[in-house]
Amino acid sequence: MIVNKALYARRRITNGLFIMLSISAAAFGLIWLAFILSALLTEGFSALSPALFTQPTPPPGEAGGLLNAIIGSVIMSTIAVVVGTPIGVLAGTYLAEYGKHTRFAFVVRFVNDILLSAPSIVIGLSVYQLVVVPMGHFSGWAGSIALTIIVIPVVVRTTENMLLLVPNGLREAASALGAPMSFVIRAVTWKAAQAGIITGALLAVARISGETAPLLFTALNNQFIKADMNGPMASLPAVIFQYALSPYEDWHALAWAGALLVTAAVLTLSIVARLLEKKQRN
Amino acid sequence: MNNKTPTNAPQMADVALIDESALTARADSTRRASRGDDRFHFVTWAAAVLVLLIFAGVIFSLVEGSLPAIRQFGFGFLTSKSWNPAADRFGALPAIYGTLVTSVLAMIVAVPVGIGIAIFLTELCPRVLRRPIGIAIELLAGIPSIIYGIWGLFVFAPWFQDHVQLPIIEGVTDVPVLGTLFGGAPYGIGMFTAALILSIMILPFISAVTRDVFETVPTMLKEAAYGLGCTTWEVMWRVALPFGRSGVVGGAILALGRALGETMAATFVIGNAHTINASLFDPGTTISATIANEFTEATSELYTSSLISLGLILFFITFIVLACAQWMLRSLDARAGK
Repeated sequence: MIVNKALYARRRITNGLFIMLSISAAAFGLIWLAFILSALLTEGFSALSPALFTQPTPPPGEAGGLLNAIIGSVIMSTIAVVVGTPIGVLAGTYLAEYGKHTRFAFVVRFVNDILLSAPSIVIGLSVYQLVVVPMGHFSGWAGSIALTIIVIPVVVRTTENMLLLVPNGLREAASALGAPMSFVIRAVTWKAAQAGIITGALLAVARISGETAPLLFTALNNQFIKADMNGPMASLPAVIFQYALSPYEDWHALAWAGALLVTAAVLTLSIVARLLEKKQRN
Repeated sequence: MNNKTPTNAPQMADVALIDESALTARADSTRRASRGDDRFHFVTWAAAVLVLLIFAGVIFSLVEGSLPAIRQFGFGFLTSKSWNPAADRFGALPAIYGTLVTSVLAMIVAVPVGIGIAIFLTELCPRVLRRPIGIAIELLAGIPSIIYGIWGLFVFAPWFQDHVQLPIIEGVTDVPVLGTLFGGAPYGIGMFTAALILSIMILPFISAVTRDVFETVPTMLKEAAYGLGCTTWEVMWRVALPFGRSGVVGGAILALGRALGETMAATFVIGNAHTINASLFDPGTTISATIANEFTEATSELYTSSLISLGLILFFITFIVLACAQWMLRSLDARAGK
């Protein structure tokens, strides 16, 4: 038997080389995560104080907190989720239960996927043009609308995916008992996909709580604690953006503290969403 | 629901009368249910239509907002290099250039690394570590882009300036091509830094899609290849990857779409300079960074309109890219029988 030793050696070396490379690729990814999180924790924790939650954003050189930004973020995100989730769930239900393979459903699915990955700054521009310009001023409403437009496609996609996981036998059993289709969907399919649908809403919250670009020219920013949706409104990401790009050291510290808060919120939400999704898939 | 009188119904007139009213009641409830059914169908349909309307609204508003700039500059907007707010002259070329260069560079880094991570996670990683490492990589995707921005500006750019840029610039000053590509002053911020941060951001998308693709490869196929004596690398490169090629390409294009539209990470570290420089270390700008930095400062109508036109161009580019990605991923789904 002729054994081509050179060929074997070459194949073994190539194999070893690429295995090394792929292990280092994984290490590369993990190192960045560690690098980012450690910077965030050290810088963020040193700036963390009770004042963050009790005082509004200060002018440069004075002490202050992030209260107005936190309030603004919570108000605008809540409105976006409360308005966007039902619309998204209904549209996702249409795609999974009624539209299915029709041409119309195909178009909606395609457009939804485009909206899902469309640059969020473009959404901001378009809400500026459609809402801020006619109103004549920046407002919390405009910010909420921009965030709602981001929430809807996320919820549509997850709702459709999760409804498709529900076994058809369940629907058929309910229909065979004489339940009308709308009743089957609401009482059986939605119930079976509950955890998955909530996952979609959570993912949407996670997505919008870090969104900066669509808020910059819709809600703008506000130095004061105000719950007036008709006026400009502060939000955590917008404050981080403004303060990080400023030349003041104490503003930088506040920006880091805000960054830590946002990341903690987003990562917690995504982990909870992941756990729920796993529950759904089982 | 069956509306016919049951065959074994009593024939007596009074009983028939009662039966009749019971039937009407039942027909009523059936009708009511079907009306409710129609209403629910309509509501879900309306929600789906709303998604289309939002899309139309986005396009309409961008086009409407761009009109003044389009009227003023025409196609010259796409090819002009000058960006001079004081003289009300605007050209999109530097921003388009910066967007494309940073995204392509980010892809060059992220695609091989992402595929490497996917190979590691599906074939090499010990089973116990598979989930935690997978989740950790996906956490990278969950971190909001503004965090990448602030981290890039305060932590990564200074580190990169001292430990990477300086040695490289010193090393390549006299080398012909590299000297041009990597020459200049070590600013820390610039197009290359932005591209690196973008690549970290899109890495999880590529590795997630590639891993999913690898998991759809039938075990039989892989085992057959191993049985023929293939090495792990040969199985992944010659069997698994070709099997899911359109999926991997689709995922990569999807990631490209993200990189093109990514705003905050680039805005912080790219330097916002409306110039086209040969050196990748020089500051530049991207479409989204220009809009984010300048929109609230835009004073003239033409300035605002030019920025909205940039947004329209960005939306157009990402639309094409995402449409390609959808198409490729759909063809994968179709083959997997989903």
